[in-house]
Amino acid sequence: MYEIIWHGRGGQGVVIAAQMLAEAAYMGGFKGVTSAPTFGPERRGAPVTASTRIAEEPIRTFSQLEKADITVVLDDTLFQVADIWGRSKPGGMVIINTAKPPDQFPHPEGIRTALVDGASIALKNHLIREGAPVVNTPMLGAFAKATGLVSLENLEKALGDKLSPEAVRRNFATVTEAYQETTVVTG
Amino acid sequence: MSKVRIMTGNSAAAAAVMLCDVQVVAAYPITPQSQLAEMMSQYIESGELKAEYVRVEGEHTALTVCISASTVGARVFTATSANGLLYMHEQLHWAAGARLPIVMCCVNRGVGAPWTIFNDQQDSLSQRDTGWIQLYCRNNQEIHDTLLQAYRIAESVYVPVMVCYDGFVLSHTMMPVELAEQEAVREYLPPYKPHTILTPDDPRCLNPVLFPNRRADSEGVLRDGYMEMRYKLEAALEDALEAITEASDAFAKRFGRDHGGLVWDYRTEDAELYLVAMGSLASEATLAADALRARGIRAGVTGIRAFRPFPKEAVRKSLSKAKAAVVFEKSISYGNEGALCTEIKGALFGTEIRPAIYNYIAGLGGRDVKSRELEAAAAECWTDLEAGRREKKTTWLNCITG
Repeated sequence: MYEIIWHGRGGQGVVIAAQMLAEAAYMGGFKGVTSAPTFGPERRGAPVTASTRIAEEPIRTFSQLEKADITVVLDDTLFQVADIWGRSKPGGMVIINTAKPPDQFPHPEGIRTALVDGASIALKNHLIREGAPVVNTPMLGAFAKATGLVSLENLEKALGDKLSPEAVRRNFATVTEAYQETTVVTG
Repeated sequence: MSKVRIMTGNSAAAAAVMLCDVQVVAAYPITPQSQLAEMMSQYIESGELKAEYVRVEGEHTALTVCISASTVGARVFTATSANGLLYMHEQLHWAAGARLPIVMCCVNRGVGAPWTIFNDQQDSLSQRDTGWIQLYCRNNQEIHDTLLQAYRIAESVYVPVMVCYDGFVLSHTMMPVELAEQEAVREYLPPYKPHTILTPDDPRCLNPVLFPNRRADSEGVLRDGYMEMRYKLEAALEDALEAITEASDAFAKRFGRDHGGLVWDYRTEDAELYLVAMGSLASEATLAADALRARGIRAGVTGIRAFRPFPKEAVRKSLSKAKAAVVFEKSISYGNEGALCTEIKGALFGTEIRPAIYNYIAGLGGRDVKSRELEAAAAECWTDLEAGRREKKTTWLNCITG
């Protein structure tokens, strides 16, 4: 079973991203998928998390996720307020939306990182909501590249379940571009 | 082709209610039920569901509307949580006493004071004696399917059914759900036939004041007294054991999914140590049983689906070979122990089935329960049993006490 934690800020769409990942994984043949928000009230701009579980067999646990195999960070300022490394399992992968170079993310040994400038990709594709770049969908593309657990084709279908054809086209453009631009940091 | 959707427990419930062709919905929003009430109002507003949504000022009225609509022959639905359910309390008794086959979702949440919006099962457990059937679900597929079964059960014995599922843990967690098909549901669930038709052409006075003894009506026919009416409600609850089993079996046959009728078993073939629970906690317990078996302890799970009527015979059958039963529950009967534990003891008393019974209160007010905690607790009970400690004080799992 793969356990995934999404770190973002209220309004960035971590809950939707966690859902779409679960849907794409299910379409890709994983029989067990769950996605959940962090239970309780949420506020715009405040640090929030959501989670996705992906497994070969139906999932029987609905307890809250403690540590992640894969972590997706939608906002690199969250490293200052959330214990992102501490909630990553040894051997885990942390995928970060950032314009900064890899050396700005010194990580514990055994945890790998993958970086992509999802915000710039969203801006370039005019994917803007309420004045801010939409970063949740590009990070789905980054997830696909960094982990290989979901295909671009299934991510496009998952977008189609939630969005209009025009919105799918624009979001999927950022998904594919982020897929291409994501670099997995070695060492 | 069946449709599988990745959906929340609330969405799975709403989709099922729509398939049941309900005609009247009245619900007042309360976390974590709110999405369910919102979805029902959207389905009705958009015309997808041809029903009337009656807006009300609170839960007491929500259930009163359902009682009235059910009385004149409509299939009705309501849903609530926590203090909303408590506010319905008087009408819960009325719905059962009037023998109305109302179906309600209780999206389980802890009750105030102090306030919590998070999950436990104190709300529905505290309504145990209102005469409602109570069914508990362990995942979102079971929520969807149990609602379809609930109308069949309710309308066969004329007793209201409360379908209970854990707030947030299931209501807000998305997972794959195979939706039933409309045509199949209509075959499985025939139209509702009210026991009494109340129309202007045939005016009646329903549920008037009854005197202690039986009495002749205006036509000279000897009619039930209050006590006979109450006995009939009890008899209907007893009949519901069979109705729940029948609805589950017929469902499995028609839809190919079997969640167990009254009680379900997990890895109990050769089990000695049983974990007993209801709802999502029972699902978590199956992982604990796997882990205990990996340690060499033969563990299994008895999952309780029906809490009212309480399935004594099914519990006896499930626990017939148990050396120890550890009952985990998300509520407490203050001043005693968990209500489920008391029921399990009661079901086994006087029989030859005499496992040591241990009781754990877990997950109150949304405190997360991990399978490893259930595993550790059950393993400790196994050690206690081997050391001859067959009785222990109720333990509060993962809680500062003393």
